[in-house]
Amino acid sequence: MSADTSAVTNMTASLNILQKPAALPSYVSTRNACKLCAPLGASLVFRGIEGAVPFLHGSQGCATYMRRYIISHFREPMDIAASGFSESSAIFGGGENLRRGLQNVTAQYKPSMIGVATTCLCETIGEDVAAMVREYQEAQIDLPTPQLVHVSTPSYSGTHVDGFHAAVRSVVATLATPEPEPSHHVNLLPGMVSAADIRYLKEIAEDFELSSIVLPDYSETLDGPALDAYEKIPAGGTPIQGIRSAAGARASIEFGRSIRQRDTAAAFLESTFGVRAHRLGLPIGINETDRFFSTLKDIADRPVPRQHEMERERLIDSYVDGHKYVFGKRAIVYGEEDLVVGLAALLAEIGIIPVLCASGGKSGALRQSIAEVAPSSPGVTEVCDYTDFMSIGEKAKLLKPDLLIGNSKGYGIARDLGIPLVRVGFPIHDRIGGQRILHLGYRGTQQLFDRIVNALLEHKQQTSEIGYSYM
Amino acid sequence: MTDILHERERQVYRKGAEPFQIDCEKQSAAGSVSQRACVFCGSRVVLYPIADALHVVHGPIGCASYTWDIRGARSSGPQLHRLSFSTDLQEMDVIRGGEKKLFAALCELIDAHHPKAAFVYATCIAGIIGDDVNAICKQASEAKGIPVLPVHSEGFKGTKKDGYRAACEALFQLIGTASTEGIVPTSVNILGDFNLAGEIWMIREYFERMGIEVVACITGDGRVDDIRRAHGAALNLVQCSGSMMYLAKSMKERWGTPFLRVSYFGIEDMAQALYDTARFFKDSEIMRRTQELVHLEIDKVMPQINEYRRDVRGKKAGIYVGGAFKAFSLVRALRLLDMKTVLVGSQTGSREDYDQLRELCDEGTIIVDDSNPLELAGFLQEKEVDLFIGGVKERPIAYKLGVGFCDHNHERKEALAGFAGMVNFAREVHSTMMSPVWQFTSRRRKEMAV
Repeated sequence: MSADTSAVTNMTASLNILQKPAALPSYVSTRNACKLCAPLGASLVFRGIEGAVPFLHGSQGCATYMRRYIISHFREPMDIAASGFSESSAIFGGGENLRRGLQNVTAQYKPSMIGVATTCLCETIGEDVAAMVREYQEAQIDLPTPQLVHVSTPSYSGTHVDGFHAAVRSVVATLATPEPEPSHHVNLLPGMVSAADIRYLKEIAEDFELSSIVLPDYSETLDGPALDAYEKIPAGGTPIQGIRSAAGARASIEFGRSIRQRDTAAAFLESTFGVRAHRLGLPIGINETDRFFSTLKDIADRPVPRQHEMERERLIDSYVDGHKYVFGKRAIVYGEEDLVVGLAALLAEIGIIPVLCASGGKSGALRQSIAEVAPSSPGVTEVCDYTDFMSIGEKAKLLKPDLLIGNSKGYGIARDLGIPLVRVGFPIHDRIGGQRILHLGYRGTQQLFDRIVNALLEHKQQTSEIGYSYM
Repeated sequence: MTDILHERERQVYRKGAEPFQIDCEKQSAAGSVSQRACVFCGSRVVLYPIADALHVVHGPIGCASYTWDIRGARSSGPQLHRLSFSTDLQEMDVIRGGEKKLFAALCELIDAHHPKAAFVYATCIAGIIGDDVNAICKQASEAKGIPVLPVHSEGFKGTKKDGYRAACEALFQLIGTASTEGIVPTSVNILGDFNLAGEIWMIREYFERMGIEVVACITGDGRVDDIRRAHGAALNLVQCSGSMMYLAKSMKERWGTPFLRVSYFGIEDMAQALYDTARFFKDSEIMRRTQELVHLEIDKVMPQINEYRRDVRGKKAGIYVGGAFKAFSLVRALRLLDMKTVLVGSQTGSREDYDQLRELCDEGTIIVDDSNPLELAGFLQEKEVDLFIGGVKERPIAYKLGVGFCDHNHERKEALAGFAGMVNFAREVHSTMMSPVWQFTSRRRKEMAV
């Protein structure tokens, strides 16, 4: 940690004004969930692979609900096929529906890959979807048939984030060629970030003169141009050939402190093929981004390109310009665990106290991860995993935060408290442009910082009796 | 020509082809990317607006997450329907059964929110793991002293339409459980309006001006106590027939309540609904007030509608909606704007619905059942549609292709029913048709180059 950040954290730690909230009643039920189900994450991953169609083995409704949810964020077509279980499939098995579904998707979309994610229904009746997929693929050996990838994503275990990481791992484990040509590229495994974040990561790698494979890459498939003719599968996505070569890559960089102990794609590539895994936090804030850039510097064996150095310097300059507007402010941060960790890192380095860090996930690593990036947090930051929005709202009433940072689903809480909500992550359902929010790196941090400062200034201005236009 | 899956060919009809035939009311083709959801969706959307009831989804989390506060169904009082409750079943629950968790969840939530009734949605795996949801509901009802109603909405047990039926069955259990004292003879229930953007308030006000009492709104701005005495009304007005006909028929059978099919969308259908209702009561005073109301309201809205029409006349429209009843009204409402419907489809229409659409539409119009994005995109291009009317899932298809769009689904926040709603509808159509942004999209650039 650099000297200036430790100074800030020491200051926040010395502000002993925080009271521990009274214990709230605990609930058996989940009330306004702060999570989605696992197949949604897998569908996003499959949508980010070139020529791929996501496919759910289960009821028709699963696919449709997830489509609607994803469309409302990205405002882009999002086709997810389903095998469409009927009552008899639930009794006798859904194998026939799966086969017909795969055939129909192949006929309609002519995909190069179909990603088959399971649902709670087919998992509960005990279908061996992996075997069914393998048999289907083998039976079609003489026909032009798409590559099939299967991932197990029962919604009773884990959240959309777990489904996301499981799908990335499955794609890599299925496609990576066992004896690859050594390649100079880097595998970038960013996790569930925005389309703008993915574009920016590719730009950074390019500036380091590193060739990279970003998996998944929905920067164009879920944020594409206006069209003349409808694309059955939108252009873009991680090239399948690139994924095949993942095992020969120079290194993998995988984001997410909460998944560092898990068997992820990067872990698989390292243990199976010896591809060095750099497992970092989501690069939000200067400290976490420095770690990312220093890793890139080492891999590329070249200094940080000047334009990025300059972005970093300008970011520091803006921290200085804005520091008094944010110092000592209290924020509640919620959403996917790794996003929460990244945001906590940013808040800790600008002097905002993350009074509550909350997530519906339960990796078990949230508390530790936050302690690592926001060392002042013990005693001042309450960390809640496996929680829901009603609990967050109840805590918020006691904690009296100055602002909320998270997705659209916290809007009700912000509205009740009369405080600003800085919208980040997924889903953004009450604004346009969710797919274009930049969170990562110096540039993303810059945008987040400006938005946070301005949200506080706007709130102050709106609630002021005078309303100065000059500060 | 649009690519259509072989097994779906009979679900697409082009007006003029003989003989008329269209397959419908069947399970979606596997892998076709149907725009339909499932049984649960059908139940959830129908019961959603009952604002003083607790809605608990029994199953893993997805079904509850995706339906949290997603509808534009407004309440004049409690907002309980806008919260999302789930038993959020975990792996151990799946292994050991979720009955205890469901009971505990119901008790704690009823204690915390004091609802008038609770609906328990059994989703896909509730039955598969052997949970006796009926028994738990009964237990909870006895323990807490309110009706706790199971809604058997396992996603795979049929189509969205079966979900409507499960919702109706739950509603039917409530009806007839309270006193009908004080209900006047000129009274109705409004069935199948969901009070999107406050529409039912408008409709209710029309009836009040006519001298007709509304007993229960089922389910827009719905209240449990009103529904319990709904059997006291003299007449059921059924709008969303796809979802509510089952309830209307059950009520006719059990309580002898007659019903009329109506629609409040578009000026013609709105006026027709009020006149049909007035005629039913055979009361000249009601009829006089109705005529007065209709004339007054039409006079109020026509000048503005005429202005919008000048700009949009002659344009071609496509419609793809959940229930077919809405499609009939939309074809007529578009005609009032001098627009032509060249594509019309629904997720859950019946043979009779499509037959009626065929009679209503012009030659060459595509009529489609349970369509999917690739077909819809193909039809939009083939028919050179200028305006597409649908819901969230249809919107990006239109926008991608440079086609204007109007949202007519349950998510919308714009009132499109009633006389005033027709002005809003015309404005919606106008604002998407006349926006200058299309000059930059390739379809319009081409048109301008011609």
